[in-house]
Amino acid sequence: MGVHQDIKQVTDTNLPFLSDDTPAAYKGFVKGDWNKEVDVRNFIQLNYTPYEGGKDFLAGPTEATTKLWDEVLELMKEENKKGVLDADTEVVSTITSHAPGYIDQALEKIVGLQTDAPLKRALMPYGGLKMAIAALESNGYEISEETKKIFEHRKTHNDGVFDVYTPEIRRARSSGIVTGLPDAYGRGRIIGDYRRVALYGIDFLVKDKKAQLASLDGNALTENVLRLREEINEQIRALGELKAMAASYGFDISKPAETAQEAVQWLYIAYLAAIKEQNGAAMSLGRTTTFLDIYFQRDIDAGLITEADAQEMMDHFVMKLRMVRFMRTPDYNALFSGDPVWVTESIGGMGMDGRTLVTKSSFRVLQTLINLGPAPEPNLTVLWSEHMPKGFKDYCSEISIKTSSVQYENDDLMRAYWGDDYGIACCVSAMAIGKQMQFFGARANLAKALLYAINGGKDEKTGKQVGPLTKPITADVLDWNELAPLFDQMMDWIAKVYVSALNCIHYSHDKYNYERIEMALHDRDILRTMACGIAGLSVVADSISAIKNAKVKVIRNEEGLAVDYEIEGDFPCFGNNDDAVDEIAEDIVKTFMGKIKNQNFYRDAMPTQSVLTITSNVVYGKKTGSTPDGRKAGEPFAPGANPMHGRDKKGAVASMKSLCKLPYEFSQDGISYTFSIIPAALGKDEAERIENMSNLLDGYMHDMGHHINVNVFDRATLEDAMDKPELYPQLTVRVSGYAVNFIKLTREQQLDVINRTFHGQR
Amino acid sequence: MEDVIGYVHSVETGGIVDGPGLRYVVFTTGCPLRCLYCHNPDTMKMKSGTETSAYALLKDIATYRDYFKAGGGGLTISGGEPMAQKEFLKVLMWGARQMGVHVTVDTSGYMHKNLDDETLKLADLYLLDIKSFLPQTYKKVTGVEIEPTLQFAKRLEALGIDVWIRFVLVPDLTDDLENIEGVAKFCSELSNVKRVDVLPFHKMGEHKWQEMGKKYELSETRQPELEETEAARDIFRKYGLKTY
Repeated sequence: MGVHQDIKQVTDTNLPFLSDDTPAAYKGFVKGDWNKEVDVRNFIQLNYTPYEGGKDFLAGPTEATTKLWDEVLELMKEENKKGVLDADTEVVSTITSHAPGYIDQALEKIVGLQTDAPLKRALMPYGGLKMAIAALESNGYEISEETKKIFEHRKTHNDGVFDVYTPEIRRARSSGIVTGLPDAYGRGRIIGDYRRVALYGIDFLVKDKKAQLASLDGNALTENVLRLREEINEQIRALGELKAMAASYGFDISKPAETAQEAVQWLYIAYLAAIKEQNGAAMSLGRTTTFLDIYFQRDIDAGLITEADAQEMMDHFVMKLRMVRFMRTPDYNALFSGDPVWVTESIGGMGMDGRTLVTKSSFRVLQTLINLGPAPEPNLTVLWSEHMPKGFKDYCSEISIKTSSVQYENDDLMRAYWGDDYGIACCVSAMAIGKQMQFFGARANLAKALLYAINGGKDEKTGKQVGPLTKPITADVLDWNELAPLFDQMMDWIAKVYVSALNCIHYSHDKYNYERIEMALHDRDILRTMACGIAGLSVVADSISAIKNAKVKVIRNEEGLAVDYEIEGDFPCFGNNDDAVDEIAEDIVKTFMGKIKNQNFYRDAMPTQSVLTITSNVVYGKKTGSTPDGRKAGEPFAPGANPMHGRDKKGAVASMKSLCKLPYEFSQDGISYTFSIIPAALGKDEAERIENMSNLLDGYMHDMGHHINVNVFDRATLEDAMDKPELYPQLTVRVSGYAVNFIKLTREQQLDVINRTFHGQR
Repeated sequence: MEDVIGYVHSVETGGIVDGPGLRYVVFTTGCPLRCLYCHNPDTMKMKSGTETSAYALLKDIATYRDYFKAGGGGLTISGGEPMAQKEFLKVLMWGARQMGVHVTVDTSGYMHKNLDDETLKLADLYLLDIKSFLPQTYKKVTGVEIEPTLQFAKRLEALGIDVWIRFVLVPDLTDDLENIEGVAKFCSELSNVKRVDVLPFHKMGEHKWQEMGKKYELSETRQPELEETEAARDIFRKYGLKTY
């Protein structure tokens, strides 16, 4: 275990006989494969310093940090009042479209803004012109005539998708049985390996890309090879633009970063290029802090910087990540509430060799929540392992208790699938950094599919025949033996329509809104997953449980359409560690994944599935009629894989144990669980609360739970915040897979959060 | 420390008999002794072999560090007599130590006065060949006096540096009971002897003597039986020495 660490200490002593032509950027680093080819993981493994201690070394905010953050908070206050602080209506955003922008240049250690002014939102019409115009208009802006004219001659992703959609897909889409599809906005969920820019500099990366292009020369020019050739050339162009954009800020990033400050800056500027070019639904950062730690440590060891300097850089970097903005429409905000951008940063975890990947910088990035106060972004995600050092676990627990701004995902579970250099895109989607991307696929509404099975393929709200015509149930009381085969058939149909829609979307996105700079920071050959998803899992599981264990009477309208249900008797509900119903949920996950796997996938993508709704559980609920579990029409679903609100009656651990039964093997895009507990239920004092929180997380991960959002507060706090939002500018809550400023949620969603189960509240 | 050029016969990167763990063994050239059974006579001559920069060697050694870690391996400087090139030896020991690499020096100790205490302390372990205890026998085997070797052993004890003693058992030359007992008793009185290796004489070096056109004095001498070697080891064990 200590082997690499010893070696590192040794090379740091600058021995004359080890000196060679190593460029200044690499002085003090252990050499390896990473010197010959793009291999960031190899660099990290050979050079990082695991940290097993506690939080004592951490530094508070510097004067410059506090001053700068106060200025940003002022801008954000203004933004909260107006909805949008400022918007570009003319210049279409590209990597190089805008002149450098600053908050307060003299104070900023890390610079770079999406446009020429802080919080000014960019115009990004490549996903869909209509969406861009609508987003501007809904916020009181108007696109410039000239720009609009140009884009009338430029096909967008949205245009492309609707050229290839079939009538059946359109019907399924408008009925809401598949919803939230990225067919009018950027798909996101692609993580460029932004670390590469810091480690290698642009010139090396361009050389590598050119070699990739040359490697294709001998191939027959099939459609796949032609597309790849075109894509690599686009990537090379984007790298050139990134270099030019950095130069406009005064940085020569053609060469590798030589200092910690340069490393943070190079990395951020690469990420900045991505968010200048793409307004993807989730623009995640990756797994950068342990990488950056190598640079911090080198400069600290050399006496070039102090802990306070390192923390200041981290604080300023995170400040920038808190300021990422996109123009969104009200429709989009209803799905993904509160302006999220999912600047997800994955922290900690364990390495394949048994050493922890926790470094001092894992602490530093969490410390920003103290130095700058709580915030929803960046979406700080701890890759939790039982084997992580206790000092770090306890610090995480402390931060969660104080800020409710952190989510946890099971590193011991995911490492076996994705290695030890994966990161989370968006909320729960793991991918090997620079080696893997996903085709984001929103989700299919399985609760609605169950209602379609009851109604012979007719929509329960409109009465329209959306699904295939099957025999509707006519009995007064639902019989699972009769319904089960019909539900199975309906799932076959929805899987086919759903995956077809995704194929259309990603074909078109690659063609009209290709993520040039993000893909430039990937290998030539990558694994693509087709990330399907389901919504309404606990609704369906409880419905089936009710049908099997109680008497569910059907209430029909004049047209004979089943529109409501009356339940006599009790039935077990998901979330109480009761196999009678938990196994139903488990079975649904497995069955639907099986049906997805039977489809064909664009670009030979590997199908995966998530049980994740983000905040769309509210919208899905709205679009879905009453269900046999007793949920009334229009009421929200539970978020992600959560038990339905208030139905998990056996406390926190039973609820967790039900979640842990859902099989990750059949849901490799993630299983999201949002958990709220009141402080008093965690312990009498801070030390006890920290200890108990760490134990809860250890237990959940040990039981192979995949993801957990941790909220620690009272319902009363939230109710007060609804009444007096101005007193809670930074109140952050974890929703499904991300965190959000509570006061930015719609009233409907605020109520949904308040109605959640608060463990410990009796 | 500045770089220095030394004369090297060869290196062995997979050494397992010259110190603990996996060893990177540097065989330097030049030796004042003329041991009859020497199996590396081609290292005897001063300034023979390849002119080698100590820094270059250290840089190469640096690349093997992962292999050393398991089992406490490291660098062994052997020969020839490493102390015959004291500056070269010193830089190698210093450099390896700087890298945290374990340093062993395989020596007869004959030239130890060439090295000051500070230099000696750069090694973690010495493999000290005590070729005989009876002065006449020693002289016969090596061509030189025994006294410096015994002094060196005591000097290492005073410096608190570990030693492994090596004794080569040659029938009719070093196998006299009194001779063996002498070495064993001497060793047992030193607090820093951690281990003794009794090495049965072998003739694997014979062809080298012939190739060099030199007379190999021990062509008629037989290799000791296994039992004889064990019996010699038991003598050392009797004195409480860990013996192989």
